[in-house]
Amino acid sequence: MPAAAKVRPRADHPRPVAPPPRERPARRLTARLRGPALPYLLILPALALELLIHIVPMAVGIGMSFLELTQFSIRDWTTAPGAGLDNYRLAIDFNAPVGQELLHSFWITCAYTLLSVGLSWLLGTAAAVLTQGPFPGRGLLRTLFLVPYALPVYAAVITWSFLLQRDNGLLNHVIVDQLHLTHDRPFWLLGGNSFFAIVVVSVWRSWPFAFLALTAALQNIPRDLYEAAALDGAGMWQQIRRITLPSLRPVNQVLLLVLFLWTFNDFNTPYVLFGRSAPAEADLISIHIYESSFVTWNFGTGSAMSVLLLLFLLVVTAGYLLATRRRTADA
Amino acid sequence: MPRPTASRTPTRTARSPMAPPRAFLWTRRIVLTLLAVFTLAPLYVMVSSSLKPLGDVQSRFTWWPSTFTVRPYLDIWDTVPLADYFVNSLIVSVSATVLSVAVAVFAAYAISRYRFRGRRVFSVAVLSTQMFPGILFLLPLFLIFVNIGNTTGIALYGSRAGLIITYLTFSLPFSVWMLVGYFDSIPRDLDEAALVDGNGPIGALFRVVVPAAVPGIVAVSVYAFMTAWGEVLFASVMTNDTTRTLAVGLQGYATQTDVYWNQVMAASLVVSLPVVAGFLLLQRYLVAGLTAGAVK
Amino acid sequence: MRRTWTRKLWTAATATALVAGAAACGGGSATSSAGGNGSPKTLTYWASNQGAGLEADKAILTPELKKFEKRTGIKVKLEVVPWSDLLNRILAATTSGQGPDVLNIGNTWSASLQATGALLPFDDKVMERIGGKDRFVANALAAAGAEGRPPAAVPLYSLAYGLYYNKKLFKEAGIDAPPATWDELVADGKKLTGHGRWGLAVEGASYTENVHHAFVLGQQQGARPFTPEGRPAFDSPQQVTAVKDFVDLMAKDRIVNPGNAEYANQQSVTDFARGKAAMLMWQAATSSLKKQGMDAADYGIAPVPLPAKTPPGGKQVTSMVAGINLAVFKNTDNRDGALKFVKFMTGKDEQRILNKTYGSMPPVTDAYGDPAFETPELKTLRKVLADSAAPLPQVPQESQYETLVGNAVKKLFADAASGHPVTESSVKAELTKAKQQMPGGKG
Repeated sequence: MPAAAKVRPRADHPRPVAPPPRERPARRLTARLRGPALPYLLILPALALELLIHIVPMAVGIGMSFLELTQFSIRDWTTAPGAGLDNYRLAIDFNAPVGQELLHSFWITCAYTLLSVGLSWLLGTAAAVLTQGPFPGRGLLRTLFLVPYALPVYAAVITWSFLLQRDNGLLNHVIVDQLHLTHDRPFWLLGGNSFFAIVVVSVWRSWPFAFLALTAALQNIPRDLYEAAALDGAGMWQQIRRITLPSLRPVNQVLLLVLFLWTFNDFNTPYVLFGRSAPAEADLISIHIYESSFVTWNFGTGSAMSVLLLLFLLVVTAGYLLATRRRTADA
Repeated sequence: MPRPTASRTPTRTARSPMAPPRAFLWTRRIVLTLLAVFTLAPLYVMVSSSLKPLGDVQSRFTWWPSTFTVRPYLDIWDTVPLADYFVNSLIVSVSATVLSVAVAVFAAYAISRYRFRGRRVFSVAVLSTQMFPGILFLLPLFLIFVNIGNTTGIALYGSRAGLIITYLTFSLPFSVWMLVGYFDSIPRDLDEAALVDGNGPIGALFRVVVPAAVPGIVAVSVYAFMTAWGEVLFASVMTNDTTRTLAVGLQGYATQTDVYWNQVMAASLVVSLPVVAGFLLLQRYLVAGLTAGAVK
Repeated sequence: MRRTWTRKLWTAATATALVAGAAACGGGSATSSAGGNGSPKTLTYWASNQGAGLEADKAILTPELKKFEKRTGIKVKLEVVPWSDLLNRILAATTSGQGPDVLNIGNTWSASLQATGALLPFDDKVMERIGGKDRFVANALAAAGAEGRPPAAVPLYSLAYGLYYNKKLFKEAGIDAPPATWDELVADGKKLTGHGRWGLAVEGASYTENVHHAFVLGQQQGARPFTPEGRPAFDSPQQVTAVKDFVDLMAKDRIVNPGNAEYANQQSVTDFARGKAAMLMWQAATSSLKKQGMDAADYGIAPVPLPAKTPPGGKQVTSMVAGINLAVFKNTDNRDGALKFVKFMTGKDEQRILNKTYGSMPPVTDAYGDPAFETPELKTLRKVLADSAAPLPQVPQESQYETLVGNAVKKLFADAASGHPVTESSVKAELTKAKQQMPGGKG
């Protein structure tokens, strides 16, 4: 990816290989020793940990996808018969139920992720920008917005499932018993509505994170910029559009990606909301794979599905990074 | 990209900023009220349900308990060992956060300030680890832990240490990426100035970059903490009754004979209170970031 | 230069994969010493949650374990594992070989776990050491592993389904006796439904409850989930009829509240206890009902109904064999102690104490005779267990069957609740889809 590196001029960054000429020889020596090796030393702990916890298990996981790993062989993997590409064939045979369900689940997950990330980001940005200037109660409100994020997933999601119950939940109590908007009590955890239920719960849980990240990013915008703009006669809205939003771009670039990957692979929210099996309309892929590997002892197939998912996410992420880098460079 | 240019002369005058237009004020009021209602609704359900007797909670929703009771708050400690879970969660989450942020700061500094071979590969590879569904590397990871235990005698399986290093790597990739974003937005002439003042690169990192990135570091710490605080799947396999964390422990209120909804809510509130209080403190810190930014 | 880098990366990746693979495959063998008696003084016991919470279970079991320690000098380290974690934990233990010495398993998992080879088979020699297999209730022992193989576990607590009915509501509706056939149940249910009350409550979103009922009704219709060769046959006409009849209780007969389609947290028990539903099919509900404030005199219990006319091939089955089994992990380093513990736990005294506390039935014959097991509820259920209960298919793919069929029924309940028609063809389509997702389920 040399192209991506090139579009980012870094002429101004400190080059450890070229120490300022004023330094004494002894210092220069240590600087040189530290110089080229230093970045590697800095990333070493991260690298080692990622290798141990992610990369190696991931490699094993990829290996699993080529095995027929079931209850018969899980105890001693050497006895697992090789499956070649059978697991993959099963997963992408969209004419058979397994493939169909996977594809269906994939589309559901895509729609869910787009909606959830979009809304979370929108709410987060709105709240961060609107709470930027001081007003009475701002601190309280900021804290309140962070509360959903501070609750353990289980507690938060079980509360939602509780208030979305058809017969006893708060939501139906309000729209049916109090506002009389409809006579039939709608289901929120079954059928088509369950999709919106999971989106809302997911947004509720993740927008505070967007809010937090953006609030922090806003602190880094120098006030001079606003003052200069104000001197030029720019109004509040123009200041937001011309200064605030563009300055958030580097953080947004990462934040959206973070939210995307986080939401796409989120296991906890659907698992607590729907239990081991989600309604077809809200059959998110993480639960789907759990069900087709863990619950049914079919680890090879589940691994193959995960590898396909990994490839998809890699492609999306790479495309996203290339696109945003280029746009950032143009700006 | 608008980046603070080298105008370091104090242009700040005593002039008060322009008063926001009325339309802006109304937008602010309406949007923030709606957001507050959205945030509060489930919280209200939690609080009110935690004060209701179980029978109330199991019947149709009412805004107000028929009889107020604090029993759930007393019973939560007897149904499951909540205090133990809380301590476990705290130890695991805090350790994972501190380590994760420390490791991430170094890595992000390297990526943000140095161009070295493998830089892109490293940052993309780190990110790609977030794309593998956890469910699939759960078993391999478990095996690796058990094997490390068998060969070195370091017990990772079932111990808090195992959970800590697992969670620390969960939050690490995003922490690195977020911090790179924050570090990138800190002008490089600042570190250069520190280098000119006779600091090494690490000195520049700790004297200049880290203080300037405090809000970002706070945000990342919160993320790392919450990742560890809420994780369910790995905790359910990697802990035993002495190391079980809250995230899975709270499920204990759904028992074979009954689901104690009111206790679930009460327990959730009790354990979340310290976290919310922590957020409150950090809030001040976030604002303090404002002043840190004034160094510019 | 770039190329060498890529090559290096690949080499590194491959090497890592191999090392990891080796580590992973070694996982089983490194720890799976054939089992033995390396540490004869301690045992680890994973107990499933049976009572009103983990702490309650601990309080119930600890004195018993102390008794065992006093008798044998073996210290038992107890961990009560919540149901939400139990299968994951067992799976991890199986994969790595690092697990407890003795553990509880849901009896329907027996054959699946048996297939992994992680559990000690209770062959005749082993059985002899715990007092012989004739002590156990035959049906309960039948749910401990595949037919024709030594059981992978022994039954510890037994349960069976019964039809609980609200006596007061029955009387108000002018019904003298609980329904014995499905037609009667529907007719009674219609009389009982109305004024915010429903004839029957079901746990429509719980796949385990669903599959249990689908199995029992299927047995009554003469369906077999698996062919004798072990191939799935979930969509046989008999099974389709059975599932359709069950879902029709909500869809067509309208004696089940559509809201039940989202029940998975024992809300149906609550509805029954509060008189919001007049009937409930459940296993040993008494302790839950008592907790919810329902007096034992207010309800009666009868076997689950049968078809009025037995269809060809149909069996007089009114319940699956439900319960908890006790298994010994093959890798235990205290096999003698583990077996002593199994003998202790399945002994007459412990069986009486524990089953009494948990409201379940002893699966060993000599424990009966205690007045605690002579309640009307347990007398009925005991008869069901002995005479009209059948174990869920004891095949290695049982958990797939349970998940897939249970979820198919859940889906159908959701359809019924939201007003979509439930027809023979829609039922068949769901069951066929379930079948085709089984290994070897195509065709």
